[in-house]
Amino acid sequence: MTRRLVPWALLVAALALAPVLFSKGFALSLLCQTGILVIFALSYNMQLGQTGLLSFGHAVYYGLGALFSIHALNLGYVPTPLVPLVGGAAGLVFGLLFGYVTTRRAGTTFAMITMGIGEMVAACSLMFPAFFGGEAGVSGNRALREPIAGLTFGPQVQVYYLVALWLVGCVIAMHLITRTPLGRIANAVRDNPERAQFVGYDPQAVRFHMVALSGLFAGIAGGLAAVNYEIVSAESLSALTSGQVLLATFLGGVGFFAGPVVGAIVVTLMSTVLAAYTQAWPFYFGLLFLVMVLFAPGGLASLAVMQKRLWDAGALRDALAVYARLALPAALAVGAAVFAVEMTYRGVRTPELWLGTAAVLVVASWSTRWTWMRARDRWAVASTALEAKARA
Amino acid sequence: MELFLTSLLNGVTYGLLLFMLSSGLTLIFSMMGVLNFAHASFYMLGAYFGYVISTYVGFAPALVLAPLAVGAIGSLIERYGVRRAHAFGHVAELLFTFGLAFLIEEVVHLVWGKSPVPYKVPAALDGPLFTMFASTFPAYKAFMMAVSVGMLIALYALLTRTRVGLVIQAALSRPDMVEALGHDVPKLFMLVFGGGVGLAALAGVIGGNAFVTEPGMAAAVGTIVFVVVVVGGLGSLTGAFVASLGIGILQTFAVAIDWKVPGFERLTLSQTAPVLPYLIMVLILIARPRGLMGTRES
Repeated sequence: MTRRLVPWALLVAALALAPVLFSKGFALSLLCQTGILVIFALSYNMQLGQTGLLSFGHAVYYGLGALFSIHALNLGYVPTPLVPLVGGAAGLVFGLLFGYVTTRRAGTTFAMITMGIGEMVAACSLMFPAFFGGEAGVSGNRALREPIAGLTFGPQVQVYYLVALWLVGCVIAMHLITRTPLGRIANAVRDNPERAQFVGYDPQAVRFHMVALSGLFAGIAGGLAAVNYEIVSAESLSALTSGQVLLATFLGGVGFFAGPVVGAIVVTLMSTVLAAYTQAWPFYFGLLFLVMVLFAPGGLASLAVMQKRLWDAGALRDALAVYARLALPAALAVGAAVFAVEMTYRGVRTPELWLGTAAVLVVASWSTRWTWMRARDRWAVASTALEAKARA
Repeated sequence: MELFLTSLLNGVTYGLLLFMLSSGLTLIFSMMGVLNFAHASFYMLGAYFGYVISTYVGFAPALVLAPLAVGAIGSLIERYGVRRAHAFGHVAELLFTFGLAFLIEEVVHLVWGKSPVPYKVPAALDGPLFTMFASTFPAYKAFMMAVSVGMLIALYALLTRTRVGLVIQAALSRPDMVEALGHDVPKLFMLVFGGGVGLAALAGVIGGNAFVTEPGMAAAVGTIVFVVVVVGGLGSLTGAFVASLGIGILQTFAVAIDWKVPGFERLTLSQTAPVLPYLIMVLILIARPRGLMGTRES
């Protein structure tokens, strides 16, 4: 029991200490942004990872939660720290409404209905500019006129701790949901809806409950975003936001509870830190996503877990030897590819540079492939050890 | 009357363009069971390729070369990407095409920048064809209609009158049996994917200069094409045709007519135009998930 609590204690400690280490304004707002995306991505994974529902319109709950929150903030009846509750309530209500409509089907049909609803709500923002804020968005002011216990929630640090508090609460709640009978049956419905139905559970009802709950948490994330940014634009419920949360969740790994957390952190870092170096970052991001879909469908979390299992099976040495051999040619290939992309972006037309890069790219790719072919025996040793361990 | 006729002609032109996109999407879906999220991205690539080729060698070669080039790229993507993702199941496949759409948009950003490119209607087709009441009908719109109808007839002839068309039709419903009879079904998949994507590119070549060639054009058209395919019925070419024309005309009329929505004084019908297709799609999916003429759900 105590061992199970260790990661949680570490999470709380890290969240509490983070502002001490990163006190700069940029780092602090980055932390807030990450925290919000973590809640959002975890809520998305309640659908994708736990219930097997691929949604292309999850931003609806996030965006509507954010909009209701910012209006609540402007009306002034709800104190700032409780504004995310308004967002959560809005997310839950719309989760119930749209969940009832969407969960009658799973699979591709579900994906398409969610996309249709997402587009419909996004298109509504043009029809009702008073509520959706039109092109300028709705802005608000989070700072309290009368401080509660000395806190006004004006300074970013106070908002950070507010986000951290909600983050811990939501993460614990979502983790507990995975351990309830509902969470378990959701997994069963994901894996084999027919059998789940045969055992006596209604797959549609299970999906409906999970979508509604996931709407609740997405709404809370939206509410936090409203408090954090003090502005909500129509973009927050657009297909772009839906796509971002899908990319983040999948990149992190849908099969593990912590996967979306990893994904949210990576995506935030890429969209801010990498974006500072190159304007081509969405390209690298998209490429990384495609490579993950094709070669590591379990996401980054599954790669980490695989190393841990290799270590447990005592086969990490063999695996490391393979990695070491692959490192140089693979790094060269990636480097050449990045160079080519940057040249394209900067409009470099020098033929010598292009030819050189192409040559390096081809040679490096071939030698990566060649090394991989030669290292296969070593890799087979590692994976056999892994399988033996799994069987034992 | 004038408004009615102009809107009808515009709607039919737009609807036929939508059909060029949705026919490829429907063929790909019915054959491989994969909804190609990146379909409209190939439409965009077609427009950009058309722009580049027409600046060097002229519009007429671009009309042929751009779809061929995009079709070849599509075949390669099918061979090395979609097929691999297919092994991981439908979700992985959907995610792959979704990521592909994202990536293609970024490639376009990288190569051609974020602002529209000056892709213009060729001079020979620029100008009015005839005057109807007070407004003129542009010659290029007639050209677009001609190309779309020509493609429609060619597609119909290919699918019903040629050997490869018959094999494709057979592979749509019974791929295992067709493979057992000795036909190379994976190669057929590549062909259909490349062909469908090439049709989208053709739509891009003739649509890119009629509208705007910019990185947002894929997203603008992509979701509408999805609506068309879903409303018409997944896998049904006839359904896609009916739905393309229907939604094309509906959207043109909703934009053109300035009725007030009863009960909402500040809301005109033209403001509801963007929502209408999605509303129809959601209602269809709830009431009749296989669409107007579809025979299967997923």
